Amino acid sequence: HPYAGLVSHLRTSWLSGRTRPMEYRVAQLEALGRFLDDKKEEILEATASDMGKPCFEAFFSEILLCKNELHQTLNNLGQWMKDEHVGKNLVTQLDSAFIRKDPYGVVLIIGPWNYPVHLLLVPLIGAIAAGNCVIVKPSEISKNTERLMAESLSCYLDNDCYAVVTGGVQETTKLLENKFDFIFFTGSPAVGRVVMSAAARHLTPVTLELGGKNPCYVSDSCHVQNAARRLAWGRFFNAGQTCIAPDYVLCSLEMQEKLMPALREAIAEFFGPNPRESPDFGRMVGDKQFRRVRALLSSGRVATPGGVQEMSPTVLADVLPSDPVMQEEIFGPILPIVVVANMDEAIDFINARPRPLAIYAFSSDSKVVNQVLERTSSGGFCGNDTLMHFTLTSLPFGGIGNSGLGKYHGKFTFDTFSHQRGCLHRNMGLEALNSPRYPPYSQQKMGLVTATFEIKRRGMCTIL
Amino acid sequence: MERIQQVVGRARAAFKAGRCRSLEFRIQQLKALERMVKEKEREILAAIKADLHKCGPNAYSHEIMGLLGELALTMEKLSSWAAPQPVKRNLMTMRDEAFIRYEPLGVVLIIGAWNYPFTLIMQPLVGAIAAGNAVVVKPSEISENTAKLIADILPQYLDQELYPVVTGGVPETTELLKQRFDHILYTGNSAVGKIVMAAAAKHLTPVTLELGGKSPCYIDSDCDLAVACRRITWGKYMNCGQTCIAPDYILCHPSIQSQVVENIKATLQEFYGADVKSSPDYERIINKHHFKRILGLLEGQKIAHGGETDEASCFIAPTILTDVSPESKVMEEEIFGPVLPIVPVKSVEEAIEFINLREKPLALYVFSNKKELIKRVISETSSGGFTGNDVIMHFFLSTLPFGGVGNSGMGAYHGKHSFETFSHRRSCLIKDLKMEGTNNLRYPPISQKKVDWAKFFILKRFNKGQIGLALLALLGIVAAVVWKNHHSVLKRKALLIVLAVQRLGWPNVW
Repeated sequence: HPYAGLVSHLRTSWLSGRTRPMEYRVAQLEALGRFLDDKKEEILEATASDMGKPCFEAFFSEILLCKNELHQTLNNLGQWMKDEHVGKNLVTQLDSAFIRKDPYGVVLIIGPWNYPVHLLLVPLIGAIAAGNCVIVKPSEISKNTERLMAESLSCYLDNDCYAVVTGGVQETTKLLENKFDFIFFTGSPAVGRVVMSAAARHLTPVTLELGGKNPCYVSDSCHVQNAARRLAWGRFFNAGQTCIAPDYVLCSLEMQEKLMPALREAIAEFFGPNPRESPDFGRMVGDKQFRRVRALLSSGRVATPGGVQEMSPTVLADVLPSDPVMQEEIFGPILPIVVVANMDEAIDFINARPRPLAIYAFSSDSKVVNQVLERTSSGGFCGNDTLMHFTLTSLPFGGIGNSGLGKYHGKFTFDTFSHQRGCLHRNMGLEALNSPRYPPYSQQKMGLVTATFEIKRRGMCTIL
Repeated sequence: MERIQQVVGRARAAFKAGRCRSLEFRIQQLKALERMVKEKEREILAAIKADLHKCGPNAYSHEIMGLLGELALTMEKLSSWAAPQPVKRNLMTMRDEAFIRYEPLGVVLIIGAWNYPFTLIMQPLVGAIAAGNAVVVKPSEISENTAKLIADILPQYLDQELYPVVTGGVPETTELLKQRFDHILYTGNSAVGKIVMAAAAKHLTPVTLELGGKSPCYIDSDCDLAVACRRITWGKYMNCGQTCIAPDYILCHPSIQSQVVENIKATLQEFYGADVKSSPDYERIINKHHFKRILGLLEGQKIAHGGETDEASCFIAPTILTDVSPESKVMEEEIFGPVLPIVPVKSVEEAIEFINLREKPLALYVFSNKKELIKRVISETSSGGFTGNDVIMHFFLSTLPFGGVGNSGMGAYHGKHSFETFSHRRSCLIKDLKMEGTNNLRYPPISQKKVDWAKFFILKRFNKGQIGLALLALLGIVAAVVWKNHHSVLKRKALLIVLAVQRLGWPNVW
């Protein structure tokens, strides 16, 4: 049983209590901060090698946003770790009642390849902050980043409590045979099912950050240029390989005709006439992904120059729901536009499909934005922009249905990796107060018990 | 079996039609549920009595009283729980609306257990209805009278399509688990818990599993033994030991073992009289299968008290075992019966080690006059919940999340925690379609200047102090007034102004 030794080693460290004290956790988190500072160039290089990630995107998503989470965690850890005292009822008035944040134990974090540092480190920050021992499994598809993590993290973190495991599907399957106390997985719904089934064998709780097709409704009344720029930014960031990227647009025929030139303009402004040569446009992570995305281009009217040849930012117009590009999450720099008659049709279209990780709606009319929000369901929602709800750490980030279960970011990561333990510390004295609950039972005793335990509706007065 | 598919399908259609979205509808259904509990009280108590030989007052306080409290609390608080929750914004999102919306998950499945057959279905149901879901209810077939009653009366009070009851045994439950749900709450044992979670995994359905385990009870030598033993006796033998959070076994120093036994014996006498079998307040084992199982645990044990049984009525007397070996059968599985083993340990360290070598339990109990000792046990162990100097009671405080960890379960409910368990917290950020200026910073082509701006606007500082909010507010007002009066000029000079402020050492905002 490979990895059994590693897991048991971490479990021993866990049982020794080493990861409990706040000072220890702070020291490990500060070390992680130093990792991000010291290895900044290496991270930018590795992600550039893996998927041609533009410097700014790498800096913004893989370093800056991680540091944000780190700083917010360090700023608030003391507060988050504290026992949370709760309201008491009549019978517990003299007792101490609180929720303790207990670490789970040995947790597993499986990261994806599209934001290989961020999507591994942000959960790791929460897991360490919550006092767990952690095994981290970076994606083998982003090879260079995987190597960097495997080689460097061990120089910064306590090797008895935190380990990096590398490898492909086989290794991950073997790893999942072990018992973990929590599993955090980011990836596709198909693999999410496999992870959850493996977790079920050990009754291990999970958080699954999955994906789907994120719809973007653009209403007729909107500032087309601004909408197009925000849309294009969100779609083509990391060459479309973003779980919350707007996957497709729903709009009227009229709006489509306005959007197309606006999108072309935005793309030209961002990436110049030849995006392949722009340092600010990423690449697909590998051949397999490239071929998969290419195959999606077989229908629809191409609205952008040079779209089909190499993976340049591509906008497809007049796309039909039956087209290949509408059958799977695109995860590439293609933006299909599906024409709908009106907002109601757009909402029905969205609701007929699995619930996505994000829904976007653009309109100058706030009522339209609110209608789309209220009549649909998704992990998260952003009105009049794309991606940005991800950067606000006070918002919980997660999916629903096929797009995932659980949430994180900011305090939610800490909570995800903590067991909220209800504790009641009672008084040993005042035993007389307990006597109504003991047998032999009688109506009279029941009356007393009811009086002390019951919660009454306010404004309802009963005369006993 | 098609019937089950149809029932779930109808519930989903009813949910999609939006009937249970409005708060008014949900409260109306909760009110109807409350009426049902009050109007059918006699029938409910009779069914519980038939299933578990539980007397009226006992059944009332275990299964009805808490439920009525939960209903009252939920109806009172629902509008505040369900309201969108605004969240703290950062500099980039200052002008935007950022909030968390509580939304229903969809169609929820609640699978009940037989030991508290009414409340373990109803309490989760309250939360699920409150959160706006459709709910399929599956009471345990083992407590058949209560299952039949629930199937009878629930449709008389609640919307029949949105909240159907499915009865049956293993085949029906298996068929149910093949359907797609948006959340499953299961109360029962760990073995079936794994099956439920595996079935849920196929549909990526989140689960709340309220399982069990052996809940240890450590008695420190420094404590009021008489009081401790009374409380333990109450919690252990209620419902004939068939309580998921009953103190399963005792850990204590060998020198106080006989005192513990004497105290418990005296309390048993006080509670049930000399002839326990004829006490109306003592329940029975649910069926022959469990009766035989518990009997098997007594083999080879030193019975310090009790041990009498009567198979015909599934009666097992309150029993205490002493000097129990950790390797014996009675220490391997959750007892779920009126048998209390005492395992001697020499110290609290030994007790903690003993507990930590085993699966994490649903509840943990410690009796001691020493506050520090209690704190120590809490911090060096893990369990679903904890009560110090008493047993069971953390269950009754709805502000505490009730659930397990590890083998004893995942997720929690009660009070507001039920509402949150059955809701989806959806993050919402609503921006202005205008004000494109600030967005320019993030668009390609990228320059060093843009990188610097990004750091300025987004990077949180590691700060140990707080900035005076008043200062910030004042600056905000000044800025707004200046903007209003001079915006055309300012628009042109905006970059310069902000740069100037930065040079002046803009204080850390976070």
